[in-house]
This record gives sequence, C-alpha cells and structure tokens, in this order.
Amino acid sequence: MATETAKKGFLHYLTTVDHKEIGKMYLISALIFFFIGGAMAWMIRLELFEPGQQLISPDVFNQMTAMHATFMIFFAIIPGLVGFGNYFVPIMVGSPDMAFPRLNNWSFWVMPFAGALMLGSLFVEGGSNAAGWTIYPPLTDKLYSPGVGVDMWILGVHLAGASSILGAINFIVTILNMRAPGMSLFKMPLFVWSWLVTAWLMLIATPVLAGAITMLLTDRNFGTSFFNMAGGGDPVLFQHIFWFYSHPAVYIMILPAFGMISEIIPTFSRKKLFGYSAMVYSMATIAALGLIVWAHHMYTVGMDLVAQTIFMSMTMLIAVPTGVKVFSWMATMWGGRLEFTVAMKYAIGFIALFTLGGLSGVMLAAVPVDYMVHDTYFVVAHIHYVFVAGSFMGLMAGLYYWFPKMSGRKLCEKLGNWHFWLTFVTLNLTFFPMHFLGLMGMPRRIADYNPIWTDMNQIATIGAIGFGLVQLLMVYNVIRASKKGAVAGDNPWEGDTLEWTISSPPTAHNFEKLPVVK
Amino acid sequence: MSHTQDHDFHVPKPSIWPPVSCLGAGLMAFAFVMMVATKSADMPWGALYAQITMVVGLLTLVLGAGKWWCMLIKESRERGYDKVPKVLDLANRYGMVFFIASEVMFFAAFFIAYFYASTFNIVWPPSNIEVLSIELPVINTLLLLSSGATISWAHHALIKGDRKTLVRYTLLTAVLGFIFLGLQMLEYSHAAFAFDSGIYGSAFYLLTGFHGFHVFVGSVMLLVLYKRLKKGDFSQKHHFYFEGAAWYWHFVDVVWIGLFLFVYAL
Ligand SMILES: [Cu+2]
Repeated sequence: MATETAKKGFLHYLTTVDHKEIGKMYLISALIFFFIGGAMAWMIRLELFEPGQQLISPDVFNQMTAMHATFMIFFAIIPGLVGFGNYFVPIMVGSPDMAFPRLNNWSFWVMPFAGALMLGSLFVEGGSNAAGWTIYPPLTDKLYSPGVGVDMWILGVHLAGASSILGAINFIVTILNMRAPGMSLFKMPLFVWSWLVTAWLMLIATPVLAGAITMLLTDRNFGTSFFNMAGGGDPVLFQHIFWFYSHPAVYIMILPAFGMISEIIPTFSRKKLFGYSAMVYSMATIAALGLIVWAHHMYTVGMDLVAQTIFMSMTMLIAVPTGVKVFSWMATMWGGRLEFTVAMKYAIGFIALFTLGGLSGVMLAAVPVDYMVHDTYFVVAHIHYVFVAGSFMGLMAGLYYWFPKMSGRKLCEKLGNWHFWLTFVTLNLTFFPMHFLGLMGMPRRIADYNPIWTDMNQIATIGAIGFGLVQLLMVYNVIRASKKGAVAGDNPWEGDTLEWTISSPPTAHNFEKLPVVK
Repeated sequence: MSHTQDHDFHVPKPSIWPPVSCLGAGLMAFAFVMMVATKSADMPWGALYAQITMVVGLLTLVLGAGKWWCMLIKESRERGYDKVPKVLDLANRYGMVFFIASEVMFFAAFFIAYFYASTFNIVWPPSNIEVLSIELPVINTLLLLSSGATISWAHHALIKGDRKTLVRYTLLTAVLGFIFLGLQMLEYSHAAFAFDSGIYGSAFYLLTGFHGFHVFVGSVMLLVLYKRLKKGDFSQKHHFYFEGAAWYWHFVDVVWIGLFLFVYAL
C-alpha cells in the first residue's frame, strides 16, 4: 500500500478515523499529561521535604494538589486506558474499526481544548482551582475562589466528560455490534469485557458529574443557590452528586487495567485464564456495587448512622468480587510455566501492590476507622496504591505487552527490567510511608507540617523524585525501540487472542478477511 | 484499498468536520471564560471580544456538526435506503438508545437536586416563592402528549407508505414543539421569581430550561426530518433517522411528564 509509506502530516492525524491512529494519539497525549501531572507531584513533594515554607506559596501548593489529581485522572490515566482500548478492543473482537469512527475522532480532538482550559487556568488571575480535585463548594464559590480558574476547570471537565460519554457509546456499540462471526459474548477476551463494563459506568456516571459541575457553574456565575445555604441550598448535595460519579470513576480507571492483567497473566503462564466467567461476573458486580457506595466519602459530613452503616457494608462487599479476581489470577499462575517478561513482572507487581490498595480501601470503608483517618495521608496512600500501583502498573504491563503489536518492534527487556524494579522500589518508597503519616494524623493538602512528620515525608519525597526520573527510562525505551528495537514478528509472546493473528503493526482495517471464531 | 472486504462494515473516509465541531466547542468554552472574566472588571472591549468569540464558536460548532450531518445524509442517500447493511442500522439504533440513556442520567442529576432541596427545606416551595399557576403547564402537557401521538401517527403512515399523512403529521409534531416553547417563554415572562431568587428558582429554571433546550433540539431534528421527507428520503422498511428523532421526542416527552408531576403538580 502506497499510503502506508507516505509521510503523514498534521491534517492526516486531525481528520483520521483509524482507531489505531486515534488510540496511539490518546496514548501519546496521556504520556505528555502524565509528565505534566508528575511535575506538579514533584513540586508538592519538594515543598514537603521539610516543614516550613520553602519552594512555593501555600496557595500555589493547593493548586498543585488539585491540578496534579485533575491531570492524572482526566488527562493521563483515563485517556491512557482509552488509548489501549481504542487500539485493541476492535481488533480483539475482530472488527475493522470502532462502530463510529468519526465520533471517535471527535472524542479525541476535543481533549486538547479541555487540556488547554486546564493548563490555561494555572496562568489566569487568582490561579486555578485550589480546592482539591473534588472542587467542593463553598470553597469553590465565587466568594472563596473569585478568579475564573474554577470556571475554566469546570468547562475543561465538561469537554473531557463529553469525550468520555461519546467514547463510551462508541465502545459499547463496538463490542455489542461489531464482533466477528462466532465471537459470542462469552468468548470475548477479558480486556474487551473490562471495556464493556467500564463504558457502561462512563455512560451512567459521567453525565451526572456534568450535572453537578453545571450547577456549580451557575452557582458561581448566575446567582443560583444549589449549594448555597443562604438561598436554601446545601453544599452536601454537591458531595452526593459529585461522588456518584467519582466513586465509579475509580473503577473506570481500574477495570481496564484488570482486563489487561487478565490477558497478560494467562499468556505468560501458558495456561488458560482460571475462572473466566467468574471474572466476567465479578467485574459486572464491582461496577454495579460501585454505583451505590458513593457516600463512603462523606461519613464525616454528619450523615445518618443507618445510612453510614449501609454504605459501609455495601463498600466492604466490593472486596468479595475483587478478591475473586485476585484469586483467579493467582490460580491462573498456579502450576503454569511462568515466563517473567517485563509485562508479566508488571502484572504480578500489579496484583501484589493493588491488593494493598484494596485492603486499605476496606479499612477506609469502616466508619470508625474513617473517622480517625479521614482527610489524612492514609487516604492519599490508599488512592495512590490504587492509581499508581494499580492503573499505572496496569498501563505499563499493557505497554510492554502490546508495544510489539503496535510498532512491530520489541521494547528492550533489559532496560524494561530496570524500569520495573526501580519503579517498584520508588513507588513503595513514595507511598508506603504515607500510610504511617496518615495514622500519625498528618492531614492531606497542607503545605507546612508539624516537624514530627519530617522523616516519613523525606522518604516519600526521595521516592517521588526517583519515581519520576525512572519513568524517563520508559520514554527512552519506547523512543529507541520504535526505531531500532528487535523485530517482533506477528506473535512474539505466543498469545492466543485475535490481535496476535494479524501482522505487527496491523494494516489498515486490521483484517483481510473477517476472522471466524470457533 | 488493495484488499477486498468480505464484510458489510464500511469505514467512513476521514473528514474535517468532527475536528471543526471540536474547535467550535472549544471556542465557546473559552468565550464563556472570557465573558466571566470581563463581566466584573471594567473592560467593555474585553466583553465585546468575548461575545464575538462566543458567536464565532457557536457558528463553527453549527458548521462542523451541520456539515457532518449533511455528509451522513448524503451517504445514506447515495447508498439507497433499502441497501443499508444490517450492522450499520443496528449500530445507529444502539448508539441513539445509549445517547438517550446518557441524557436521562444528565437530567437525573437535576431531578435529584430538586428532590434533595424539597426535602432539605422544611417549607417547600419556600415561603417567599409565589408558585406559578398550573393552567399553562397543563396546556403544555397536553401539547407534548399529543405531539407524542402525532409522531407515532406519522410513523404508522411511514410504514404503510402513506407519505402525505406522514409529512403532515411530522410537521405538526414540530409545530407543537415550537408552540410548547412559546408557551414556556410566556410562562417565564410572568413568573414572580428568577433564576437567582433562591433554591426554588434555581432548580425550577435549570430543570425547565434544560428541558426546553432539549425540546428545541428535538424540534430542529423534526424540521430536518420534515425537509428530508419532502425530498423523498427513507423507505418503508429503513428509516433510522425517523426513528431516532421519534425516540428523542418521546424522551423529551417523558422528562416533561416527570417535570409536570414533581415540579408543578405535587
Ligand atoms: Cu469511593
């Protein structure tokens, strides 16, 4: 094909409807925003290296905590997972593209505008949102956040949310409608299942977030009183609606990683996945329960005791399907011929460390424990074990696993080994001490602290600087391998899902003839 | 393409219109920020620039989305309505249903806000609010309910091949929609409370306002449908666009019934 070799300009990528190109663009932009969010994390950690105020003002510090989370959630993790989903879901169901290729293009190209609003908000008068990524009113009311930074934040999330909702529709229709002959629902690879469930969560929860921030926007600019006590509104309402999205958002960020791990573990154990249908049902259960546990973020607002107990039990119940998954992965490895590639190491690292994040989640779900550690570094430790040890390591596992398919070349395993082990060590160095800080009572989102917390903070800062630097190895590995990595061949890992039956990288429209699944 | 296809799915050609509509949406977002930034400060020029940006953004969005829409219409015309592959027809249906589902969740946020406020405040509606009388909403309910009937009537006519009735009832549905909007404006004009007069006004105007906007979008869809019907588009068997517009119209209808029951009647 002549078009394959011709140089592709900006206009080509602007108008492309090829799910593989769009998927790659998602991945590259996620990587860029990962470093932007990472730079903010560095500023936070450097400021916290010692008690007292040294590097940045408390106001900038607050903006950094809010925007670090915002960039990582909406612009790094979710688009990163969407990138792999976009690239591999159509191939894995045996389809030439997503169901709505032009809509797919729209979903990607609205993101730069959302990102520009977010980045721009840091430079306007009064700075960006400084009230945490949860943008709770009254902190984000006009009175306490008078600048346009919060408005820009809201509109940025609106655009990113529209992208998510339309992307979710695209994923669901692709999976329900575009499967190759013979690919019944229960023959689909788990990664596809994970995206089906995730897209449902996005479809149901994201519009509710849009509603919440719309009301905040009108409260700020048109004098409405949804969250304003003086006018008969209630800030607690915002928390309810916000967490109705934002608890499921955690599953939006972890389920696709579950899916990737469920592909990688069987491939490198040379065994079939243990308990396929249990894995499917447990994901669906996690998602369904995930929609009705939001108030566990709000125990301390003065909720009814019965309500607290109900939300506590529901939340703890989620540990059951999650446990099913963890045990199924381990049972898959049990007695297998394990092959410790970098992808497999990341997958095993994911299981070990994500489980820690899950366990601290169960602790936080317990009302009495939450009363003690609410809004402390224990919460920060928990969520970073979910997002960094979970989503991030999942993404890395996916990268090392699928890079050969996407580029035709293998990443350097030796360099990848260094990347994995250094990531593993620095990750724990950064986030494990935060558990202790939280139990010692250190509140999150503070720029200055009691000197008794200095040691642990210094360990965390050293870890965070190391973690950031180590990621440069990954970038170097990717850049080098895409030019002169070893040629991978069609099926370097001997995987048995559909993406390994076609060439690396796949040609336009993936399949010469639609595959027939037996 | 050198390879032959053995499947019905047709991957569309690259198009500039989706990114153009992204640009429009982005410009509108920035224009909104400019408006907010220049509202309080004494910057008449800034406010003007903001308004210009908003208009340009809106036009870009309408251009992008409109051209995209036209492109789809042209493609389905060229293919012929009875030649639509099953996979594409199904995709469109699924897509529309899920889009409406996401809209339902969007309205759910505002309904929840309304219910929350009505239980949170001991006196509801708040004592300083003079609630609107029920006559206009009753008329509006009848209007929307009958518009639901007329669109179904049109659908039956389409299936039977009675184009004349079809065109007439489609137009009638759109007209009913616009009358509804007119009456809604009339109601707004003599309401004794405003968007910023406390939680009742906030919830009332946001709910009815967003609903009204959806009625407007639905009516525009129906007008486009009317134009297409006059051009002889669609076949008796395959008329996804008609069904999509009708589903959307029923959705708007159902939201109104919720509004009427909970905001006006109860
Ligand atoms: Cu939660």
